[in-house]
Amino acid sequence: MHEEKEGELYNPYETEQQEWKKRQIKERGKQLLTIISPIFILLLWEICSRTGVLDIRFFPPPSAIVSTFFELMTSGLLWTHISVSLYRIAAGFLLGVIPGIIIGLLMGLYAPIRHFISPIVMAFMPIPTLALLPIIIILFGIGDFSKVVTIAGSVFFPVVINTVAGVLNIEKVHLDVAKNYGASPTDFFLKIAFPGALPVMLEGIQMGQAIALLTIVAAEMMGATSGIGYLIWTSYKAFMLKEMFVGLILISFFGFMFSLLLRGLQRKIVPWR
Amino acid sequence: MDQPVKITIDNLTKVFYKKNNSVTAIQNITLNVEEGEFVCIVGPSGCGKTTLLRILAGLEQPSSGTFSIESDTDFRPLQSMVFQEKGVIPWMTVEENVAFGLKMRHLPKEYVRKQTNYYLKKVGLTKFSKLYPKELSGGMKQRISIARAFANDPEILLMDEPFAALDEQNKFILQEELLSIWSETKKTVIFITHSIDEALLLSDRIVLMSAHPGEIVEEIKVPLPRPRTMEQVRANLEMAEQFIAIWNHLQQEVQKSRK
Repeated sequence: MHEEKEGELYNPYETEQQEWKKRQIKERGKQLLTIISPIFILLLWEICSRTGVLDIRFFPPPSAIVSTFFELMTSGLLWTHISVSLYRIAAGFLLGVIPGIIIGLLMGLYAPIRHFISPIVMAFMPIPTLALLPIIIILFGIGDFSKVVTIAGSVFFPVVINTVAGVLNIEKVHLDVAKNYGASPTDFFLKIAFPGALPVMLEGIQMGQAIALLTIVAAEMMGATSGIGYLIWTSYKAFMLKEMFVGLILISFFGFMFSLLLRGLQRKIVPWR
Repeated sequence: MDQPVKITIDNLTKVFYKKNNSVTAIQNITLNVEEGEFVCIVGPSGCGKTTLLRILAGLEQPSSGTFSIESDTDFRPLQSMVFQEKGVIPWMTVEENVAFGLKMRHLPKEYVRKQTNYYLKKVGLTKFSKLYPKELSGGMKQRISIARAFANDPEILLMDEPFAALDEQNKFILQEELLSIWSETKKTVIFITHSIDEALLLSDRIVLMSAHPGEIVEEIKVPLPRPRTMEQVRANLEMAEQFIAIWNHLQQEVQKSRK
């Protein structure tokens, strides 16, 4: 036991406790900064627009954007745009992710399939799906489905590539264990290949989600009659910039929500990481 | 000893062939292992001892030669391997890892549960059965690997330097635990190691291998009575002499392979 005396200078426990407290305060400071930064930007924007530093025609103050948001919400118009876009994102996302996972797993597990499909994937990947939009519109019209296909096309590639990488990155010793203990092809697929590839695969899905948002806005700007992208584009053309900013902020909000959602999901399905 | 022969290895050779050069990992390995015998294969690294084990484990095909494992029942798998620490599968819980072999054979659930719980208890992991391996220490992970192999109840056990990555204290503890589980089941074991101490403690017979090409150069019986402890092996003068004899041999081999 150590003795605690008043004014003792070299008490190791106290010194360490002080250090620990300092570290805690620093940690909390960092968290605070993360919360402050978006508020700071909004505040700065508000002040600058109000004092005329920013041209109010191009940069309406956030408070005005918020009130426009509520106006649009109550008119019901905004809700239509949001739900249409969300539907397209969800459908396109699934239509890209599911085949991406299946084809990726097959490519990872079977070398002949990998060698056959790789060049095709490599050839199509550098073409932005948006550049294919004209063809997609010719094939599928300007309805929802062409947007869904566009999103699916751009989500597919990161998922495929990460799934293949996920399978190829499984430690060789785990394959040996499966073989030594006599895993059947089905068991091997379900117990080793799929869970083993899952962490890297999920990173691909995370990337796919970000790309899906980028794609939907652009696709709706080019050929659509509804959706958040359409809202942004028509508001701009009608010089209704408050409405346009509502669209932009919505995209930012959904992007943030989706990645939170996926990260939560990740923690649920790969608890062993 | 007059036990029936369990493992017959006949003239096994493995050559790894690459463009322009080939390496003979093992050459003309002939070895018989008796039922219930614990054999350690000791040799310098790169002597092909792991290759030999991988062939027996069905993970590698021999270039020539044959081997057979005697079995009088269809129920048991021929062999199971105790892998090094990394062989524990990270996405399965401790329990699922131990049950892995049994589940792959699609045995009745009740039997799998009983067998798994028995060996979890044996290696002292019952408390941790629902955890993932990342939450366990190296020694604990190695216990999973041992329990997985014993739970599978194979004809023979193959062990590939299972304790190589452990610290010395943990190694001693696990070696004695292994001996205690083994003495209960009397399985035939082939155990690969580069540690002479480990071989003297564990085995009935030590097979010494040379490097480049990997050949059997000597076989040494270890007559020490069981149950054994590390203290006994350390205190035994005869064992100390054996240690030096084996060391002299290995030293020559290592020197040779450095030239």
